[in-house]
Amino acid sequence: MAQTVFIEAINQAIIEEMRRDENVFMMGEDIRRSVYGATANLLSEFGEKRVLDTPLSENGFFGAAIGASLVGMRPIVETLTSFMWVGMDQLISQAAKMRYMFGGQATLPVVYRASMFYGGGSAAHHSDRSYPMFMNMPGIKIIVPSNPADMKGLLKSAVRDNDPCIVFEDGTLAGMRGEVPENEDLPENELVVPFGQAQMVREGTDCTIVGVAGGVNIAASVSDQLAQEGISVEVIDPRTLVPLDKKMILSSVEKTGRLVITDPAHKVCSAASEIASIVAEEGFWSLQAPIQKVASEQVHIPYTPALEPHVYPDVEKVTAAVRRTLES
Amino acid sequence: MDIDRDLLLLMLRRMWMIRNFELKVMEVHSAGEFAGGAHPYIGEEAVAVGACAALEDTDYIAGNHRSHGHPIAKGGRVDKAMAELYGRTDGYCKGKGGSMHLADYSIGILGESGILGSSVPVAVGAALAASIKGEKFVSLAFFGDGASNQGALHESMNLASVWSLPIIFICENNQYAVTTSYAETVAVEHVSDRASAYNMPGILVDGQDAIAMYEATAAAVSRARAGDGPSLIEGLTYRFEEHSLGLGRVRRGEYRTQEEIDTWRKRDPLDILEQNIIAQGVATREECDDINAETAEEVEKATEFARNSPFPEPSDLFDDMWADPIAFP
Repeated sequence: MAQTVFIEAINQAIIEEMRRDENVFMMGEDIRRSVYGATANLLSEFGEKRVLDTPLSENGFFGAAIGASLVGMRPIVETLTSFMWVGMDQLISQAAKMRYMFGGQATLPVVYRASMFYGGGSAAHHSDRSYPMFMNMPGIKIIVPSNPADMKGLLKSAVRDNDPCIVFEDGTLAGMRGEVPENEDLPENELVVPFGQAQMVREGTDCTIVGVAGGVNIAASVSDQLAQEGISVEVIDPRTLVPLDKKMILSSVEKTGRLVITDPAHKVCSAASEIASIVAEEGFWSLQAPIQKVASEQVHIPYTPALEPHVYPDVEKVTAAVRRTLES
Repeated sequence: MDIDRDLLLLMLRRMWMIRNFELKVMEVHSAGEFAGGAHPYIGEEAVAVGACAALEDTDYIAGNHRSHGHPIAKGGRVDKAMAELYGRTDGYCKGKGGSMHLADYSIGILGESGILGSSVPVAVGAALAASIKGEKFVSLAFFGDGASNQGALHESMNLASVWSLPIIFICENNQYAVTTSYAETVAVEHVSDRASAYNMPGILVDGQDAIAMYEATAAAVSRARAGDGPSLIEGLTYRFEEHSLGLGRVRRGEYRTQEEIDTWRKRDPLDILEQNIIAQGVATREECDDINAETAEEVEKATEFARNSPFPEPSDLFDDMWADPIAFP
């Protein structure tokens, strides 16, 4: 096991996939000089044809990635969640809909890597956590890694998947260190994490917390702290939102009878909302207390450090939510 | 340019196929045989047929909403196209796409987009794949004068030019975006003038003349295959019918004079090609009429095929959502 930084795990996944399959290529803004760190050393190893710096034209190059994927390529596009608005038409009208609309003729193995730079004083235009909006649109697989090993293994799966995938990379985790297994220590000599399989991060019996992306670490901290009081909190990381491993969530709630969801997206119609509705519909009789959603407040991200932290879920808010479920 | 006799006759056959297909669509649509809208390509046949005559099966095209003509021009099947309009399982898209979303991946028809301008970046992507892989296929994007104002078009032309991609942008300038005229919405005299902003050739062509469209496109295709980058071709043309079937019943207010429509109808692309073919001695009047009759017969059979094809079952609703299916949602 090696201690690897989250952003290095992304880089490892890209390099391994580009070495494995010559149809894989990278495109995005300023990737040759790796301004965000994830695309370091790609240009020198793979050359200009497979490492494309794009103009500021999200609609243009998001669509070009789609077209290339239709004819046999496997593009990886680097972008920020906040720039995705500019290219939404291509993501929705084309990437999400083409396969179904053309009766299964189109196959689009395209990956968008979307960084979420929230929590660092970037203000409202650079801090989006937009995955719930894409959950509402059929046709796109949605990946939300919470640690370096999953980041690497899920990105590799995304590159090999034959459907459009958006990997939401939580910027608050960019510097996170975690254990990533060495390839030679793995049975297949590589780390590939399948979609739709949640991970049990902490086992517990009193309450379940489902964390999304950076919310998983918050949930784990809450679990560890409450353990000292004798409160046993189970933590589940869904890892992918489409497909969603609802089975693990429902069976956990069946055991604990209580559910808190922590999600850095805006609260209304969030991933937390969807998970809450699934449990309300399919696990209602297991519940001993109302479901608690701890998501971002329904307000834009303010620049000032005096206000920004109040928007997001944190250990304090999640702990209070767990206590509320236990009071019932 | 000397054009092969067989190619001229193929062009005439495809133009008649489109014309007869569209006439049939208008007939059965007004009889209420299928739901939804449809956008007749009548009057514009020379643009798609001339352009696609310059392509191979291994080349790609992407179209727009007025797009029954593009797949037929590329060699697509009228029976599968008609069955798609009827929403049947034997349709090109098994009834999931309808009139605005015909596609045939077996001959490079990447599909059509009801969101205008939106299929153009996709066509750029096919050309990008050719460039990355060092392959010789080209890509061709059809769009109208209305879509020429979309940001996607400008982003696409810039991308294609800076990466020197093998793509041909074909603007079908029929002079109206639904009811809004070209003059009211485009800041330059010709869409092809915009090519200079993207450092590519911009060629204005008589879009009623299939041979002129073929020659301009063939030159652009050669240039693209040689690695010399994209071209923008504007075919100046005219939509003989209403924007979409049924629109005339709801629309209030005229936007084209009868005189203008009549003037353009006198420049019917089929007449122009037939006169040329007959003058060159490639075919007789009678042979041209036979092609018309044969294609009308084929369209008739296609319509019967469509009517007899089954509708999808409700259990087919979720088919083809995913290439790698998922359990939930």
